[in-house]
Amino acid sequence: MTGMSLAGASSSTEVPLKRRLRRAERTRQVKALALVLPLLVFLLFTFAGPIAGMLWRAVDDREVRQALPQTVAALASWDGKDLPDEKAYAALAGDILAARASGTIAIAAKRLNYALNGFRTILISTARNLKAVPEPGTARETLGKINPAWRERSTWTTIKDASGPVTGFYLLAALDLTRNVDGAIAAAPPDQAIYRSVFARTFLISLSVTVLCLILGFPVAYLLATLPPGRSNLLMICVLLPFWTSLLVRTCAWIVLLQSKGVVNDSLHWLGIIDEPLRLIYNRFGVCVAMTHVLLPFMILPLYSSMKAISPAYMRAAASLGAPPLAAFLRIYVPQTLPGIGAGSLLVFILALGYYITPALVGGAADQMISYFIALYTTETANWGLASALGAVLLLATVLLALVYGKLVQGQQVTGGMKN
Amino acid sequence: MEAGMVTPAPALVRFSGIQKTYDGEHLVVKNLDLDIRKGEFVTLLGPSGSGKTTTLMMLAGFEVPTHGEIYLAERPIKNVPPHKRDIGMVFQNYALFPHLTIEENVAFPLSVRKVNKAETQARVKAALRMIKMETLAQRRPGQLSGGQQQRVALARALVFNPQLVLMDEPLGALDKRLREQMQLEIKQLHETMGITVVYVTHDQSEALTMSDRIAVFNDGIVQQIDRPDALYEHPVNSFVANFVGENNVLAGTVETIEKDYCRVALAAGGSVMARAVNVSGAGASTALSVRPERIAIIPDSTSSDGPNRLPAKVQNTIYLGDHALAVLDVAGNAEFMVKLQPGAHDRLRHGESVFITFRPEDCLALDPV
Repeated sequence: MTGMSLAGASSSTEVPLKRRLRRAERTRQVKALALVLPLLVFLLFTFAGPIAGMLWRAVDDREVRQALPQTVAALASWDGKDLPDEKAYAALAGDILAARASGTIAIAAKRLNYALNGFRTILISTARNLKAVPEPGTARETLGKINPAWRERSTWTTIKDASGPVTGFYLLAALDLTRNVDGAIAAAPPDQAIYRSVFARTFLISLSVTVLCLILGFPVAYLLATLPPGRSNLLMICVLLPFWTSLLVRTCAWIVLLQSKGVVNDSLHWLGIIDEPLRLIYNRFGVCVAMTHVLLPFMILPLYSSMKAISPAYMRAAASLGAPPLAAFLRIYVPQTLPGIGAGSLLVFILALGYYITPALVGGAADQMISYFIALYTTETANWGLASALGAVLLLATVLLALVYGKLVQGQQVTGGMKN
Repeated sequence: MEAGMVTPAPALVRFSGIQKTYDGEHLVVKNLDLDIRKGEFVTLLGPSGSGKTTTLMMLAGFEVPTHGEIYLAERPIKNVPPHKRDIGMVFQNYALFPHLTIEENVAFPLSVRKVNKAETQARVKAALRMIKMETLAQRRPGQLSGGQQQRVALARALVFNPQLVLMDEPLGALDKRLREQMQLEIKQLHETMGITVVYVTHDQSEALTMSDRIAVFNDGIVQQIDRPDALYEHPVNSFVANFVGENNVLAGTVETIEKDYCRVALAAGGSVMARAVNVSGAGASTALSVRPERIAIIPDSTSSDGPNRLPAKVQNTIYLGDHALAVLDVAGNAEFMVKLQPGAHDRLRHGESVFITFRPEDCLALDPV
């Protein structure tokens, strides 16, 4: 009875109360928004914008459409089963002449060459040898005579695939996939299928570095969290020291240390442990060592903060309840550091995924990570589509990981993250 | 002190000449000798920094005595690590493991002892029934109230039937009403289960409520070990008299001593008869101790013929529900408390001159403060 009358009373006053609340909160909200606005604008231009641009470039495909507009239009209704009709040949001949005149032929040639190796030669030679618009009805014959490739279906399906305005070509290529002549998704030819292994290598290196950071960082974080303040401050400075020197300097220092005539090899030789210098750099070992060094603080700091929050009373309680030190550590201490382990590992792993300079400097050819290829396509070959697609795949993988981590942490908080 | 003379059961715990220092300069515990019998509820009572918690931690094994030996069931345990001492402990902040459920928390001491699954289940269930929390077995500690968490901590410390249970101010974080309820529950558990408890608190009323014996600590020294009533009625020195219960202090000098009693000249004039408890001899300065409930207020000096009569001025009256206190100015002590009979508080006027009287046996001559 009381409950019902209460409910009735609240529903009759609900609307005005809500409105009053909203009015009361509005000023505060506007102020808060005004305060974060500069940051939002900054993030929009430096973060959200570039990422959206990258994602767009991964599917953007308008070069062929702009250079060969009539061909694209003529091929729109082509079913791709046989060679296209005479109309398409005539349109292509006209487009080639127009594109040659306007200079856009090279752009189309470059794009088509990505999809079909040698297409550049086909298109450029055709453009060079095509003197004038062929007589009506002879376009197919003329083009076929200039380059027999025009008599092949795959040449035309390549143009149709590239006719845009959006394409999955780059994204498929980033996953070592391609469309075959019938438009079905198939494995890319072996000489082009390198990205899956590069992704696998990227993830493997990142995982190794994460595990190394965890193994090395855990005792340091434990020490930091348990030492008396004076000494732990000193140790903290040592942990943060890498942040004070440039990444490049740190990486180069490893070259000095690890090269075949470097400090480590010389010392080992002098001690008589080795006769031949060990190969410590320009291989996977060097990459992992240098990256672990650079990323270690990102593991130690989250671990430290989670350990600092663990009251020493828990370990005492475990001991008083009969748990030997190791059991108490494994069953009581470590589980409570899981949020820190998770945060640190995720941070290190995601940062490692994007590493570029360090592997480039201390790694061999087989140790280059995905960022190296992204940089290669952006700066060397200007294949922005593929660079963006590789970036998009990397971003997707990272976001998925972050989501999985978020789920795990959420589960933790509902069940055990609370303090008493 | 006198407790050591009557020992029906052998001592379960024996502190023998224990000293403890952290910095090598100051002794936190100075020469502690203490016997705790099986089944006893002993409270270590004292202000913070008095050494009571250090004593408990040495017994639990988290601190090592600098000198002396601790015996548990006749066995020296100074070098036994905490997890092998078979001592259950309840901590001030409960120390329930936040990542485990209530059930898992209570099962923890059994699982580290490799007790089989069926027995673990049965014992955990029984322990949770004992604290009336079977329904919350699957909750996490963070989802429980302070009182519930403390019950779980209690169940966890008792579930493996330790030979000794230590409690380090376990009720300090609870509000007054809950604290009093928990005191009775712990007392009841102690009586029904026959466990031996060493309890640390700075709250003297908690100590009086629960303990069989109380050891009053100050400055690293046990001032007195006794039953609660003996501690209250027969404090051996001023510290104990002041720390346990309400107390009124009057400074004076011993004039004469006859047998158990002495005549004390008050510093502010007048003299009283008091029991000579802790005075060295005639001429020694002393602090008189009188409990507020052992004092009567009389309107004039003629209405009582007892030996101890002092003029007083009413400063204030404090109404406390079940009783009332009069704050008087007596012989230079402006905070002299007298417990009043029900209904008596509104008969006193502020500034009124009255007389107080108390029996010589209720007035103790102790060491000067």
